[in-house]
Amino acid sequence: MTDLSKLTIATARDAMRKGELSSSELTAAYLKDIEGAGALNAFVHHTPELAAEQAKAADARIKAGDAPDMCGIPLGIKDLFCTKGVPSQAASGILNGFKPEYESTVTTQLFDAGAVMLGKLNMDEFAMGSSNETSVYGNAVNPWKAGNGEAELTPGGSSGGSAAAVAADLCLAATGTDTGGSIRQPAAFTGITGIKPTYGRVSRWGIVAFASSLDQAGPMTKDVRDAAIMLEAMCGHDPKDSTSADLAVPNFEAALTGDIKGKVIGIPKEYRMDGMPAEIEKLWSDGTAMLKDAGAEIKDINLPHTQYALPAYYVIAPAEASSNLARYDGVRFGHRAKLDQGDGITEMYEKTRAEGFGAEVQRRVMVGTYVLSAGFYDAYYNRARRVRTLIKQDFETVFADGVDAILTPATPSAAFELGAGLDPIQMYLNDVFTVTVNLAGLPGISVPAGLDANGLPLGLQLIGRPWEEADLLNTAYTLEQACGFVAKPNKWW
Amino acid sequence: MSIDTETARRVAKLARIKVEDDALPALAQEFSAILGFIEQLNEVDVDGVEPMTSVTPQRLKRREDVVTDGDQQDKVLANAPDAREGFFAVPKVVE
Repeated sequence: MTDLSKLTIATARDAMRKGELSSSELTAAYLKDIEGAGALNAFVHHTPELAAEQAKAADARIKAGDAPDMCGIPLGIKDLFCTKGVPSQAASGILNGFKPEYESTVTTQLFDAGAVMLGKLNMDEFAMGSSNETSVYGNAVNPWKAGNGEAELTPGGSSGGSAAAVAADLCLAATGTDTGGSIRQPAAFTGITGIKPTYGRVSRWGIVAFASSLDQAGPMTKDVRDAAIMLEAMCGHDPKDSTSADLAVPNFEAALTGDIKGKVIGIPKEYRMDGMPAEIEKLWSDGTAMLKDAGAEIKDINLPHTQYALPAYYVIAPAEASSNLARYDGVRFGHRAKLDQGDGITEMYEKTRAEGFGAEVQRRVMVGTYVLSAGFYDAYYNRARRVRTLIKQDFETVFADGVDAILTPATPSAAFELGAGLDPIQMYLNDVFTVTVNLAGLPGISVPAGLDANGLPLGLQLIGRPWEEADLLNTAYTLEQACGFVAKPNKWW
Repeated sequence: MSIDTETARRVAKLARIKVEDDALPALAQEFSAILGFIEQLNEVDVDGVEPMTSVTPQRLKRREDVVTDGDQQDKVLANAPDAREGFFAVPKVVE
């Protein structure tokens, strides 16, 4: 049997086309490994029958020739995606028992391309969190350990289950979503690749909404080539999402030439934070040197409003969340609280939402309610939206000055221990390097670039111009080749 | 800005989330910490800056004003905690 730890989407595709491997075999192998990986708590709903059926259909299609790239590729799907007839809970108690009658656009496109769903993946509740500790299913666990330590580490969040599953070779790739860093931070914490495309590239239809002006789905994969292949299958205009862009989707894989001669890479000085670990600093300067060696021109740039991105985000995202999550009222789907004699509809709402939402979701809904309430709307919400305009202008200025991509660290640290007990604001700081990208609607990719002193993976982030994912992926591919990251976690689960 | 217990109670009420009285002081403290963090935004000069409405400049697409969906009552009600005779059922609403 094939060594699953060495397989990628690209190599599996090629092997299946040559008849050396079948999707049914591959799917069975993954299902077996998922069975044995309960300790990671990555897969929270298992769909082995559906997977076997999809794999069989994919094998027939591959045999007939002319199968798309994703045909027969076993995937994990983040629980945030609505999948028809399969529990889709956004890791929340309030959606307990919810089985959508419809399929999200992204999963529809992936399944139409022949991809196989192994099951649904753990995440932070409603994608609100940076450590996968707010999930109703319990923590997802990072397959990596620090040195010889026994402590369980976070796989990051919110797409923590996706990151853990890909890093532990429980699937070839997974879907993620990214509102403030939820693809890129977990990718960095687990030594995998994750890209958040330009806002509007991927349809949001059928993905449980957190903050609609920031949310974007993207692939989480073993390498950049796989990210290119899977992203292409996820992209495209969708009449059901009015913010999805009616633009042609390029062949992203064909853009991976490894040639970045003459490209201008910006290094933003505002991302050099006080107290940044020396290892992250070194990773960043090594990455800069590698891109320079590959022929890129390095340019120091300023993004002066960077420090205001997180506070702006923590107004805008909760505001949108409080509005989006108003639909969880115990009437149309999911959980409804048991009511006492004499309780009316208001008590039903209040008890249902108190029981169904976890602490972090309640906190954000209430913060959002506060910043949108009469008397504070201008002072908080409108001010944050003005700052967002300035943050976007910072990027527009450097792109207009000829910068093609921006290199930054992906996270301010390596993966930390589960149960570290960070307060909400410390937790929010995890997204300090990634959140600007969501506010500006830009594409961003995290590439594994090295290990820290404890042997934990660290990532670098590249930020691209809007709609230029192809170019961004090529720069990321070049960086990946130069970094030569091949480390894998030791299997303990 | 410091949030008092009464404000926390009012926000919880507006958000339709039941918070027990004894949990309100801690909640108020959390709000205060988060709002303190947000208040950095007051340092930014936003005079003459438009609040962002769309991150990518775009006009919403138009389509023919025709019915494209519907007639799926069973599916719409399939996940309801309480559905009766083709309707969502809720407790008595008395004002």
